[in-house]
Amino acid sequence: MGHHSNWPEWIYVGVIIALMVWVGAEAWNVERLVEHVPADAETIIVTGQQWFWSFEHEDGRKEVGTLHVEAGKAYKFDIVSTDVNHSFNIHDYVVLMDAVPGRVNTVWFAPDKAGEHDIQCREYCGLIHYNMRGKLVVEEPST
Amino acid sequence: MVLELQKPRPVWQIMFSTHHTDVGLLYLISSIAFLFMGGALALLIRAELFLPEAQLIADAMTFNRIFTVHGTTLIFLFLLPSASAVGNYFVPIMVRYKDMAYPKLNAIAFWMIPPGAALIWLGFADFTWYATPPYSIISAPGPAADMWIFGLKILGISSVLGAINFVVTILKCKHPDMSIGQVPLLAWAFLSSSLIVLVAIPTFAAALLMLLTDRLGVTGFFNPAMGGDPIAYAHLFWFTFHPEVYVLVIPAIGMMYEIIPRFSRKPIFSKSSGIFAFVLLSIVSFSSWAHHMYATGMSFTEKTVFMLGTLAAVPASGMHVFNFVATMWNGRIKFLTPMMWAIGGIALFFSAGAGGVANAAMPLDFTTHDTYWVVGHFHLFVMGTIAFGTIGFIYYMFPYVTGRMYNETMGKVHFILSFVGTVLVFFTQHVLGLYGMPRRIFDYPAIPEWIAMNQIATVGAMIIGVSMVIFLINLIHSSAKGKPADIHDPFGLGGKYYYPFESKNPHH
Ligand code: HEM
Ligand SMILES: [Cu+2]
Ligand SMILES: [Cu+2]
Repeated sequence: MGHHSNWPEWIYVGVIIALMVWVGAEAWNVERLVEHVPADAETIIVTGQQWFWSFEHEDGRKEVGTLHVEAGKAYKFDIVSTDVNHSFNIHDYVVLMDAVPGRVNTVWFAPDKAGEHDIQCREYCGLIHYNMRGKLVVEEPST
Repeated sequence: MVLELQKPRPVWQIMFSTHHTDVGLLYLISSIAFLFMGGALALLIRAELFLPEAQLIADAMTFNRIFTVHGTTLIFLFLLPSASAVGNYFVPIMVRYKDMAYPKLNAIAFWMIPPGAALIWLGFADFTWYATPPYSIISAPGPAADMWIFGLKILGISSVLGAINFVVTILKCKHPDMSIGQVPLLAWAFLSSSLIVLVAIPTFAAALLMLLTDRLGVTGFFNPAMGGDPIAYAHLFWFTFHPEVYVLVIPAIGMMYEIIPRFSRKPIFSKSSGIFAFVLLSIVSFSSWAHHMYATGMSFTEKTVFMLGTLAAVPASGMHVFNFVATMWNGRIKFLTPMMWAIGGIALFFSAGAGGVANAAMPLDFTTHDTYWVVGHFHLFVMGTIAFGTIGFIYYMFPYVTGRMYNETMGKVHFILSFVGTVLVFFTQHVLGLYGMPRRIFDYPAIPEWIAMNQIATVGAMIIGVSMVIFLINLIHSSAKGKPADIHDPFGLGGKYYYPFESKNPHH
């Protein structure tokens, strides 16, 4: 040990550190942008409970299982739970946030075009966790 | 070395022995048994997921119990005890001491495993290996949940006792002529991982008690209905279990440090960088626990801090990989079974680490978190790296334990099948994660891509299963009928510095 030169290892470690700094900086930058909720976002209250999702729109409209939104608008989800932890997930739009009883977690998204997407629960919540699924219906803009 | 199985002894003599190689043997045999029990559960899970809808498991609750006990068994009853087996065998010999520092304590630590295991297996809880509240408090069926909590309590104490023993043996009982820098890297691995255990485990031990009293309804630490906070549990849990992943991986890396130079017939490239990386990993392992909690509603600043803490562990892990590759470079490598497992393990370690970096990058984790990606990620570590290193080492120590050689062809077939199987299962699980398939689900929608990937993963798992049967036959058959090993050089590697631990430990 120690009788040979170690410079290749130093270079290697330097490259890894540089790569990690780059990953960290990019991640920091992207996350900062992603988390900035637009001021005009409409709030939707999302409630997770064993084993379904329900939604309440700003205008008081309520839905269970299926959520209707309009393309071209921004929405902010206030996510709550009435029993155990769940995780609200629209994978196609990288929407993911835990529903934790006693807390309100927020996440936002802005669907760009009409279509249907799966909503699912991504945190283990017991017996029917596997089927705690819903639908997101993005409709054409009404105006 | 002590040839444990060569002199006929009644079983109870081994069972009641406190000698380190006997205790090591007990750890070894029980951990292999649990490898097979936990593995059988994995095959059930994979068979169930071969197609959507219920296949052979009757209901979701049974499925949930199976994956919970699968994870608990393989982490606490296979990986940790198999490391203890190796440590018990080799640490005293490597530091040139007659036994572990506290032989009785050592035996007690082992004998806490069967009751812990019995509680886990007889209870068969369903709340996943992290028993998250409030589900674990208000919803998980007892007595299974309570039995799991007690079982883990016992296993936690066992692991603390074992860790104290390793630390004292290495620091206080090493031969006076031996400086700490001369202690072999495998023993350094046990020193590092044991120190992590001592700092990390008490937190989870406290959390388990709080969980229990919460379940009994007398407290509400983690129960929002009583003013508690479930996120507090997540912090306590991950403060223990992120470092714990290094408790698992560091001994396996230590085993590779034993295998790689011997079969490359070259000294290790840089022992000091190996030691440095172990110590560094032990410290930075405590800086990243909340990377498991990005989606719990943490603030941007908290997430950033834990992301940086996570990325900080990468250079140290990378140093080990460098050390291995540089040691093999220009070596006269002999590709026998232990070496193949070690090399395969290093390759998978590298791929697993790359996936870990993706998880750590905050925005990407919102794609991967709690999907099959994470299952693929950590299995490349626990199976691809840790189990691979350990299995390679079991082949390596086989002649020393039994005085006989295992069957080399079967060993190689075992490796090749396991490697192919591991790649098939866990790489496809990464893809499934990107498709968005959540983990811990009994059934999934019939999306053609999901079905295809699940089927590849199931086939891979079955290949691993077959390879493990070959392993078992090899172990049993060769320990009785294998050809006698040349104990001075069982692998025909030559060279004097390759076997520093020929000293024969007397039984007391
Ligand atoms: C050293 C061996 C390692 C082991 C044994 C290991 C094990 C694990 C395990 C068991 C989990 C999943 C826990 C669960 O949710 O059940 C996990 C998740 C994770 N690991 Fe690793 N890991 C290792 C190394 C790394 C490295 C080097 C990184 C990053 C550089 C990393 C980053 C992560 C992240 C960010 C998660 C959370 C993913 C999520 O749930 O979204 N891990 N790891
Ligand atoms: Cu769920
Ligand atoms: Cu972690």
